[in-house]
Amino acid sequence: MNAIEFILAGMLAAATPFLLAALGELVVERAGVLNLGVEGLMAFGAVLAFIVVYHGGGHLLGFVAAGLGSAVLSLVFALIALGFRANQVATGLAIGILGQGLSALFGKTYESLTVKGLPRLALPWLSEIPLVGRLFTQDIVVWLSLAATLAIWVMFAYTKVGLVLRATGENPKAAHAIGYSVTAIRFAAVAFGGTMAGFAGAYAAVVYTPLWADGMIAGRGWIAIALVVFGTWLTGRIFLGACLFGAVSLMGLAAQATGLDVPSQVLASLPYLVTIIVLGIISADRRLLKLNGVASLGEPFER
Amino acid sequence: MSAFSAAFLPTLVRRERASLAATLLAPPVALAVATVLNIGLYVLMGRDPVAVVYAMLFEPFLSWASFSEVLLKTGPLLLIAQGLAIGFRTKVFNIGAEGQFILGAIFASAIPIWFPQATGQWIWPMMLLLGVLGGVLWASITAIWRVRLNANEILVSLMLSLVAAQLLNYLLLGPWKDPNGFNFPQSVMFQYDAMVPVLIAGTRVNVSLPLTLALSIAAWLFMQKSFLGYKLQVGGLAPRAAGYAGFSEGWAIWLSLLIGGGAAGLAGAAEVAGPLGQLQRSISTGYGYAAIIVAYLGGLHPIGIIASALFMAALYIGGDNAMVSANLPIAAVRVFQGSLLLAYLIAIAFVRYRLEWHRPIYRSQP
Repeated sequence: MNAIEFILAGMLAAATPFLLAALGELVVERAGVLNLGVEGLMAFGAVLAFIVVYHGGGHLLGFVAAGLGSAVLSLVFALIALGFRANQVATGLAIGILGQGLSALFGKTYESLTVKGLPRLALPWLSEIPLVGRLFTQDIVVWLSLAATLAIWVMFAYTKVGLVLRATGENPKAAHAIGYSVTAIRFAAVAFGGTMAGFAGAYAAVVYTPLWADGMIAGRGWIAIALVVFGTWLTGRIFLGACLFGAVSLMGLAAQATGLDVPSQVLASLPYLVTIIVLGIISADRRLLKLNGVASLGEPFER
Repeated sequence: MSAFSAAFLPTLVRRERASLAATLLAPPVALAVATVLNIGLYVLMGRDPVAVVYAMLFEPFLSWASFSEVLLKTGPLLLIAQGLAIGFRTKVFNIGAEGQFILGAIFASAIPIWFPQATGQWIWPMMLLLGVLGGVLWASITAIWRVRLNANEILVSLMLSLVAAQLLNYLLLGPWKDPNGFNFPQSVMFQYDAMVPVLIAGTRVNVSLPLTLALSIAAWLFMQKSFLGYKLQVGGLAPRAAGYAGFSEGWAIWLSLLIGGGAAGLAGAAEVAGPLGQLQRSISTGYGYAAIIVAYLGGLHPIGIIASALFMAALYIGGDNAMVSANLPIAAVRVFQGSLLLAYLIAIAFVRYRLEWHRPIYRSQP
């Protein structure tokens, strides 16, 4: 298998944790809330999923536990940041630290243990195409994530729910004036974001690398937040960004396999360096950010 | 809002002025709440709550041996938090102090690693200066990205911390590894003159502690009494007003980030030239992240930060104690830190707002 085939085969699976978490954060930010706790929410979901799957609960139950657990933790964020109008940056950081702490605490006795991953399902016909065929052999969660991406794109583009969400983020006073509860909508968005971050963590812990190690999320939650900026708050671009990061995180492995003499630490920092560079390139275009950005992002809502 | 929630949920009403007493009371109240919550967690985990609380919150203060270690840990937390708080008050969220701390440690280590035979009293002060330079340079990347490229400083500074951790790994597994170190990822032990002089005989408390306290006072003077500090704060509180008054936003961001980076770099240098005496992987123990909590818990005020740094340092030592005596994983400290900040953010909300159970008579008609 050459490097291109290797990256094509693994790209979508590697992209899935980024994609799920970024889609969740997209909805949160579209509603006007900045939740910086994604890393901790992912770590918390990851440990819950691992514990459930390790004790024989199965992957479905593992994902459910992760989604519910991270949703509850994200509601603590919502209560403090939205209910008590605390600084969203500080609250998000605190939730992140708490989630990572809980993950390390609960995961302590599971260090280096493994579980079984998920089988890959090949799409008939498509998976037999030479070279790109590998792109169509993926586990069920990858397929579901693609469906989720499509669903969220449709929601924002064509449905009233999407419109209300966007209105809440753009102009909460107006949304309130026409009778929508800004607070309730934002709570729901944060809970959705938490659930997605939990799923993302679960995928990382029980499907992608089904082995427990403290700190296994390794900055993916932060990259997911950056992806929302890269994608300029647009679903399609976020999907492309997630694929790019899936490929970048595989490039390290591919380079090592080809015997390239690069220190492993350089390859490990590649996703972070790419994040820094892309963030600079995208952000430099202020017009682009303003065009699609969320007007009231991070601002508390007071009637 | 539905009729139900309008009738039964209280609303927050902004107080006309926050009382000083309430402001001072918020951190201890938050501590009490966080302690109760965490005790609950320890009980669920099947630990003896009395033993844990005794080991975590009291033992650090009960013997000189423990308390001197608390003082030793206070240094880096205090220094980093003071630097970060200046940025936070100007609304520049540098959360990459961990990376700036690591770079400070790396820069400072260059002298004893490249010149292991050098002697003289100039070495450790030079190392501290190099540490400041390392932190400043690492923070300046974030500053360039923020000011020139308009990139979010939270994300950039955090990513740079993750890169810094890899850089440290690379040096310790590669060019800077001690050839006689049994393959451990650590540098050679530093020579005597590369060590910050010990202040209190019999402990590891060294000269960097009074230096840190002096810098805390300097931070207080800078923020409260100087025109420059005043301009920074105005820029953070009312960027538009600051713009009209001719204070440049970019300039304030640069200054905030460089002060934060320099302080974190100095802390990193003091760590390798102080208690460790070599460059190790374990220099990166999350001080940079914990300092964010220290800064907020101290109300972003230089004097409050001294108290919160002391407490957070005690929590670290207490966590070590609880690991030994009550078999509690050290991650419990992080959980405590996270829940403490959350409790504080709620407590401080009550300083700024009061709950009103009866809604005003008027109702905005949808």
